[in-house]
Amino acid sequence: MEPFKNISSIITPLDKVNVDTDQIVPKQFLKLVQKSGFGKFLFFNWRYDEAENKKSDFVLNDSKYDGSKILVSGDNFGCGSSREHAVWALKDYGFSVIIAPSFADIFFSNCFKNGLLPISLDEKTVDILQKETDPISIDLEKQTIKTSTQEIHFDIDSHMRKILLEGLDDIAQTFQYEDKITEFEKNSKIPSVL
Amino acid sequence: MGKTLFDKIWESHVVVEKPNNPSLIYIDRHLVHEVTSPQAFDGLRMNNRKVRRPDLTLATMDHNVPTNDRSLPILDQTSAIQIKTLEKNCKDFGITLFDINSPNQGIVHVIGPQLGITLPGSTIVCGDSHTSTHGAFGALALGIGTSDVEHVLASQTMWLEKPKPFEIRVEGKRKNPHAVTAKDIVLSIIKKIGTGGGTGTVIEYRGEGIEDLSMEQRMTICNMSIEAGARAGLIAPDEKTFDYLRGRKYTPKNYESLVEEWRERLKTDGDATFEKQFTLHIDDIAPQVSWGTNPEMTCDVTESVPSPDDFSKGDPNQKKGAEKALDYMDLKPGTPIEHIQIDRVFIGSCTNARLEDLIEASKIVKGQKISPNVRAMVVPGSQMVKKQAEEMGLDKIFIDANFEWREAGCSMCLGMNPDILSPGERCASTSNRNFEGRQGTGGRTHLVSPVMAAAAAINGHFVDVRKLDLS
Repeated sequence: MEPFKNISSIITPLDKVNVDTDQIVPKQFLKLVQKSGFGKFLFFNWRYDEAENKKSDFVLNDSKYDGSKILVSGDNFGCGSSREHAVWALKDYGFSVIIAPSFADIFFSNCFKNGLLPISLDEKTVDILQKETDPISIDLEKQTIKTSTQEIHFDIDSHMRKILLEGLDDIAQTFQYEDKITEFEKNSKIPSVL
Repeated sequence: MGKTLFDKIWESHVVVEKPNNPSLIYIDRHLVHEVTSPQAFDGLRMNNRKVRRPDLTLATMDHNVPTNDRSLPILDQTSAIQIKTLEKNCKDFGITLFDINSPNQGIVHVIGPQLGITLPGSTIVCGDSHTSTHGAFGALALGIGTSDVEHVLASQTMWLEKPKPFEIRVEGKRKNPHAVTAKDIVLSIIKKIGTGGGTGTVIEYRGEGIEDLSMEQRMTICNMSIEAGARAGLIAPDEKTFDYLRGRKYTPKNYESLVEEWRERLKTDGDATFEKQFTLHIDDIAPQVSWGTNPEMTCDVTESVPSPDDFSKGDPNQKKGAEKALDYMDLKPGTPIEHIQIDRVFIGSCTNARLEDLIEASKIVKGQKISPNVRAMVVPGSQMVKKQAEEMGLDKIFIDANFEWREAGCSMCLGMNPDILSPGERCASTSNRNFEGRQGTGGRTHLVSPVMAAAAAINGHFVDVRKLDLS
C-alpha cells in the first residue's frame, strides 16, 4: 500500500445521511474479480440515469468538483454491506479522505486497508466544511485540517495513523506474531471443522 | 466485576493485546463465498502466501448463482467467471467447497448452522455483513471486508478494536407468535435505535422474548444486527442451541464435553455491566412494514406512511432523508400501509429463508392463489432447506398458489443474479435491506416477515396477518 501523503484539495459535498455501500457501488459491479477500475461505478445509480446519461443534479457530475480528493458527507457513512469494493471505488475515483460525523464499522475498517483516510468530526464542523469552497489541507501526521479561515484538529487511532503513514502491509506485520498464533492454536479448545 | 458473554468470548480469543491498539483475535471458522474472495486469493498468490488453516475454512457460492434450473449453463459471463474463480481458488488452496451442484450448497449463513460448522463460544468471520446471523448460537460472528478475508486466510487472525457490549432486552410475550414474528421484533428494535444505533458495539439480545424464540427465529434477530450498525449480535446458548447443533454433519466428535463447558461458561454474569442498554416490550407489537429506504424507516402495518416531519422529529438531516425516501418509494404521507399495492413478493435470504419461515408462510398460502397482479417467488436458503421443504410438500403448496419455487441462493435479496426487480416495481420482501436499488435499479422494497409477504402475495397489498387464522 502507498504511504498516505498530505493533501490539499477542494471538497466535494455529499449532503446525505446513511450513505450505504449499495449506493457507493451498486451490486451489478461486484462481479469483477480484480480490485482496480471501480471508480467508474462510484455512486453509479446517482450519477447516471437509466440510459446511462449523467444526471445533472448529482454533485459528482458538477465539473467544479473535478479533481477533488475530499468527500464530505453525513452521519453513518458506509453503512450496510461489507463490500470493500466501496472503498476501492472511492479511492479509484480519486478520493483520499472522507469526512463525516460518523462511519459504519466495517467500512471504517476497510478504509485503512486501502490508504483511504476516514475523518470523523462533530456535525457542526462537518456542516461548515460542506460549505467550504476554497481548497483545504489535511496533514495526517499533525492531525489537522486547515481551511482558509481556521485550523481543525481531528482524532485518529495512533495505530491506524501509523498504518496509513507508512503504508504498512497488515499481513507482514501479523506474521511477526507467528509464534503466538501457533501457541494459541495448541491451546485452542475449538476443534477443526474437518 | 462480572463479565458479559461478549467479554468472555473476546478474552478467550485474544492472541496479542497492546494498550490503546487493536487486538489480534484468533478466528475459529472462516466462511468464504464467490463475491468478496477473489481479490483476497489474488493477494495471497502475489505474495506467495498460503492458507494457514484450510481445515477451518469452508466455501460455497451463493450471491450470484442462478436459482433456476441448475443443469443449464450460467448465462451471465461475469457471474460464471466469478464462480469458476472460486472453484479454482478452493482447489489451489485446498479449501472444502460446496459448489453449485452440492446438496450442501446454500447461503453461507444458512448452511453454517445447518452443517454444525457454527459453534457456541467460537469466532466466525465471513466477507459478508450478515455474518452476524451466527451470533444466535453464542458465537462472535463478524462481517469483514476483502482485505481482512485475505488476512484471515493467511494468518487465521485479524486485528480488531474491541467493540463495546450493548444489552438489548426483549421483554414480554407476543399474543400471536405466528403473526408477530422475530422479524417484527428486530424491525421494531431498529425502528427505535436507528441504523447507527449499534455502531461500535456487539449487541447481546436477552430476556424472555428472546429465550422463547426457536433457533431459526434467533438467527433472524442476530442477522439484522448489522442493520442497526452493530459489529455483531449475540444470544447466549441454551438447551435449544445445543439440541440444534447435535448430530449435524460437522458437529465435533467431542460435542457433549464441549456442551458441558459451554453451559457453564457462555453466559453474562449477574453483576456484569453493559456500555449501552435498550429494552423492547413485545406484548403489543404489530407486524412491521418498512416504507422507506433504510430499515429504520419502518412502521406498524396498522399505521400510515409518516410525513417527513413526523418521522424526523425535528432532525433536519433525517427529514431530508425521509423526503428523498418517499420520493424514491413513490409514497405519499398518510397512505395506510394496508392500501399499498405490490407487484412482486420475495420469500428468501439469510434473514428469512429457513424451514420454519417456509412452513409459516405456507400456512397462509395453502389452498389459495396469489393475486393476478403479483409475481411471487420462494427461494429456499439452502439446498438442504429446499429438500426438507419438499419432503413436507411445501413446494406443492407454493406452486399450486402460483409461486415460483427456486433453487437456493441469495437471489433477489441483492439481485446479483438474474432475480431482480424492474424499475418502479414494488416488492414485499423477507430480506434485510430496503436500500435504493438493492433488489434491482429503481426497484422499491418493503421489508416484512414471511407470513406478511405471503399474505401480501395472496391479497395484492399488505394485510395485518393478525386477522388471519394461522394456527
